Amino acid sequence: MTQTTAESPARKQRAQLKVRTLRTDRWWLAPALTFAGLMAFLIYGFWATFDASYFVDPYIAPFSSPCLATSCPEGARFLGLAPFGDWYGLPPGLLILGLPAGFRVTCYYYRKSYYRSFWLSPPACAVAEPHKKYTGETRLPLIIQNVHRYFFYGAIVIGAILTYDAILALIHKPGGLGTWILLVNAGLIVAYTLSCHSCRHITAGRLNHFSKHPLRYRAWTFISKLNAKHQQLAWASMFSVMIADFYVRLVAKGVITFPYA
Amino acid sequence: MERHEYDVVVIGAGGAGLRAAIEARQQGKRTAIVCKSLFGKAHTVMAEGGAAAAMGNVNPDDNWMVHFRDTMRGGKFLNNWRMAELHAKEAPDRVWELEAWGALFDRTRDGKISQRNFGGHEYPRLAHVGDRTGLELIRTLQQRVVALQQEDYALHGDYEAYIKVFAECTVTRLLKDGDAISGAFGYWRETGKFILFDTPAVVLATGGIGKSYVVTSNSWEYTGDGHALALLAGANLINMEFIQFHPTGMVWPPSVRGILVTESVRGDGGVLRNSLGERFMFNYVPDVFKDKYATSEEEGDRWYTDQANNRRPPELLPRDEVARAINSEVKAGRGSPQGGVFLDVSSRLPAAEIIKRLPSMHHQFKELADVDITKEPMQVGPTCHYIMGGVEVDADTGAASVPGLFAAGEVSGGMHGSNRLGGNSLSDLLVFGRRAGAGAAAYVDGLAKRPVVTGVEEAMAEAVAPLERASGENPYDVHHELQRTMNELVGIIRKSAEIEEALDVVEKLKERAKNTASTGGKIYNPGWHLAIDLRNMLLVSECVAKAALLREESRGGHTRDDYPVMSAGWRRKLLVCSTPPDGAEVTVVEREQPSMRDDLLTLFDRGELAKYLTEEEMAEYDAALAGPLAAQKRES
Amino acid sequence: MGYKAKFRVWRGEGGDGKLEDFTVEVNEGEVVLDVIHRLQATQAPDLAVRWNCKAGKCGSCSMEINGKPRLGCMTRMSTFEESDTITVTPMRTFPVIKDLVCDVSFNYQKAREIPSFTPPSDVRPGEYRMQQIDVERSQEFRKCIECFMCNNVCHVIRDHEENKTNFAGPRFLMRIAELDMHPYDVADRKDAAQEEHGLGYCNITKCCTEVCPEHIKITDNALIPMKERVVDRKYDPLVWLGNKIFRR
Repeated sequence: MTQTTAESPARKQRAQLKVRTLRTDRWWLAPALTFAGLMAFLIYGFWATFDASYFVDPYIAPFSSPCLATSCPEGARFLGLAPFGDWYGLPPGLLILGLPAGFRVTCYYYRKSYYRSFWLSPPACAVAEPHKKYTGETRLPLIIQNVHRYFFYGAIVIGAILTYDAILALIHKPGGLGTWILLVNAGLIVAYTLSCHSCRHITAGRLNHFSKHPLRYRAWTFISKLNAKHQQLAWASMFSVMIADFYVRLVAKGVITFPYA
Repeated sequence: MERHEYDVVVIGAGGAGLRAAIEARQQGKRTAIVCKSLFGKAHTVMAEGGAAAAMGNVNPDDNWMVHFRDTMRGGKFLNNWRMAELHAKEAPDRVWELEAWGALFDRTRDGKISQRNFGGHEYPRLAHVGDRTGLELIRTLQQRVVALQQEDYALHGDYEAYIKVFAECTVTRLLKDGDAISGAFGYWRETGKFILFDTPAVVLATGGIGKSYVVTSNSWEYTGDGHALALLAGANLINMEFIQFHPTGMVWPPSVRGILVTESVRGDGGVLRNSLGERFMFNYVPDVFKDKYATSEEEGDRWYTDQANNRRPPELLPRDEVARAINSEVKAGRGSPQGGVFLDVSSRLPAAEIIKRLPSMHHQFKELADVDITKEPMQVGPTCHYIMGGVEVDADTGAASVPGLFAAGEVSGGMHGSNRLGGNSLSDLLVFGRRAGAGAAAYVDGLAKRPVVTGVEEAMAEAVAPLERASGENPYDVHHELQRTMNELVGIIRKSAEIEEALDVVEKLKERAKNTASTGGKIYNPGWHLAIDLRNMLLVSECVAKAALLREESRGGHTRDDYPVMSAGWRRKLLVCSTPPDGAEVTVVEREQPSMRDDLLTLFDRGELAKYLTEEEMAEYDAALAGPLAAQKRES
Repeated sequence: MGYKAKFRVWRGEGGDGKLEDFTVEVNEGEVVLDVIHRLQATQAPDLAVRWNCKAGKCGSCSMEINGKPRLGCMTRMSTFEESDTITVTPMRTFPVIKDLVCDVSFNYQKAREIPSFTPPSDVRPGEYRMQQIDVERSQEFRKCIECFMCNNVCHVIRDHEENKTNFAGPRFLMRIAELDMHPYDVADRKDAAQEEHGLGYCNITKCCTEVCPEHIKITDNALIPMKERVVDRKYDPLVWLGNKIFRR
């Protein structure tokens, strides 16, 4: 068969627009607010980790729970355990902080938010990013993001412990404002944890035949509904944990002293 | 000039074109698909309701005979009965085949393809995916083409070894060697460069003609290209007077005028009101339907919840009746502010229910018209939707009278008679797309030698003419005037004087179109493209108007104010359009429609046939009933 | 009701060009595509724009309006102030043919590289039995009208031309997810999704979801679930171990 091919087309390239974006709205606002919010959390978290007043019976500050070292006050120890002996001299919060921190760092929503606001990759849709090269999550270190589900397993444990803490507080001081703050916080943390994309995958997302697994499908349906609110829950639980933690520390420091604190 | 050799060239990449190309390729033919738009954008995506196929998944009583009867009734017995038969018999296989190619239809409880009710279909019959069935169909066929290309890649190392898509490429002339097709000539929209296909077989699958009208649900591509190419190549068009006007298109804002408002709005309780607030449809129930439709609003309202004991509201009359009624109300000065009537569902259903049942309509009005249909009525009016007429083809192979020319889908004529049932177009595409592809492949197999391409220079001169004229008519102006003329004078209700007036205008526009000038170069120049398309739109409009003038009766998609009733005599006659190769003038002649085969004829009750057939034909029916065939039936 | 609007439209062939200013009449209820058409009919007959259905169903008239990827037919003029200057440019990620028309062949190439639906060989047409809940996920992705705005907005290729060879873009990663979730598809797509089609490039910044005119949750429902499926295959030792044990 004889085929003459088309003449090579005229040189084609992208529209030679020399501006970074033609967006006229305030596209920078969302990443700026995200940046501020996340920075606040980081700074607070750093301070809280090294702040020693994390326990005031029956409240334990969420950033330092579970407390697993002998340096923890008796009542603060999780189930009375202290597997880390006197040799451990650092703040006990550091021991467990990796789990919730890792969960949030590898969370699909937080990834979006810090890739956009910290790394500007991209800062907003249809706004050029400043980097020359981009390889995404294809290689180290970002390929590690794929371990998210293991942090999810850990986060489930942390969520359970925070719920346990809140319930203990409820038993010992049902009328305390701190009890209710801890309860609300535990609820939000658990909701955020369950709304995780990995959790959605584990319930039934990995299956191709929902109809053969009706229970898992129902779980998936429920998690999917939560998952649609993952972003909102991420922010709500982030602020609630800061508020709860700060509140407990203020009570512990004696700053807040009213009777039903 | 770029030149390609193929066994089969398919013009048009909608449902019919893709199905034809798939078939030709599956039969081992080197196949080209040429389409004006990008691959996968064809007008088929606009189809909402579904594809009618008597699979009997929802009601096991359904079968091809019931579907056949429904189709013939819908077309007022003017259909090519052989096509209606093949269509009813083969549609289920064509739908199932899509599923094996990856289509995901909505399901029944037992996991089969779900089927929905639609106007004119006795049983739930439309395989569907929500209200985007056309998109599913086109995407599935598109992905099937890709799958075949991947097969070829694995075998030959070239994706395009056996099937290639020429997207954004317009064919302007079919070329012939003597009587037979030998090629196709066109241009790349992108570069304006010309392209020549050397091929013994061409399948036309170019869709409809809606862009000759102002108010239409059709996209810009619907300029009647295939109709015109066939005419100019010497083929005949039939049934061109039959155009379906969908009763409910959007009328406001102007930019979306004509866009479809689905029939389901009325099916779910929406009512039509005029500016006085009257449900005027009660005044428009024709005598033949009097016993089937409610006579009071109360009864009509009860039907939605109790269909066994009440008659359906007249809003659910066939499309042609509703369209005419709306037209009359507007003409009588009882229309809505923007020239339609009110279609109200907001006072009929709770807001949440509307959003649940009509999500895309809610979205469409919200986004395009800023109208919240849960709070206020829509304004709607008739819109040019579908042309029943088209290239006269052999039912079994899709072959036109010109050797090597085939047609399928909306561009072919006969299948739908004078009026198409909703849902029958998508199944039509699949059934006859496949048959045309197979027909073309068989034709190529039977050729002793390849025909030789001729007439390239003339085709090139014709195409380049608008660019070479330094000054002349603005093609957009000519187009707008044609659209207004056809809309006003050969629209939904026709009168001989008006049609004659339209023909005068078309004659003048033909002269003006010869003198259009397009500024700019050849690269992606829409002004130039339109100037070329004008020839096709004018030719087709002339066919429509001339046929409409001749047919002195009202039937389906053809309503004559001066001949308001259906005539059994006219049922036997087809109006056949043809032109000389220069397209100078359309001639229309009458031709007798062949009688239905006995075994098909006897599928109907005598009483029903008597409404449509002449006494002479009824005698044939009685003979068939008494004949050997019936005796056989009785024995078995 | 009409007024004169200020438009700046990219004009030029093969990427070279400039923004040209127009003043054009706008009537009530119109969309950007109507105004472009008016420009064609009255001031610039050769202004190139792609369009078909004008009802948001075919995905042809993708362009960038004030820097945002939009369908011209679904962007109402009433969303702008009468004093606004409206800038209309072609999609940035693809080479320009002329004016607002881009060469989108990248997308068709990528479509071809993804293995098609692969049913088991022993199921004949007509024998497919699938439950509604099993097809719904893939059905959402099949709502896609292929406007290619997700691929256009995705910074992976928008800002890095060199990634085009290794990255199929949200549209086609979603296609992989659609097939991977299909109850009857037997092909294994997870390794290829990561290695050949560049799922790992996606950093889930969700611009694809933001611009999708069909409101498909591309990131949450297709890309992330697909990433999780890839983790099952490649990065999760427990799942790997489980598969080893249960297969024996």
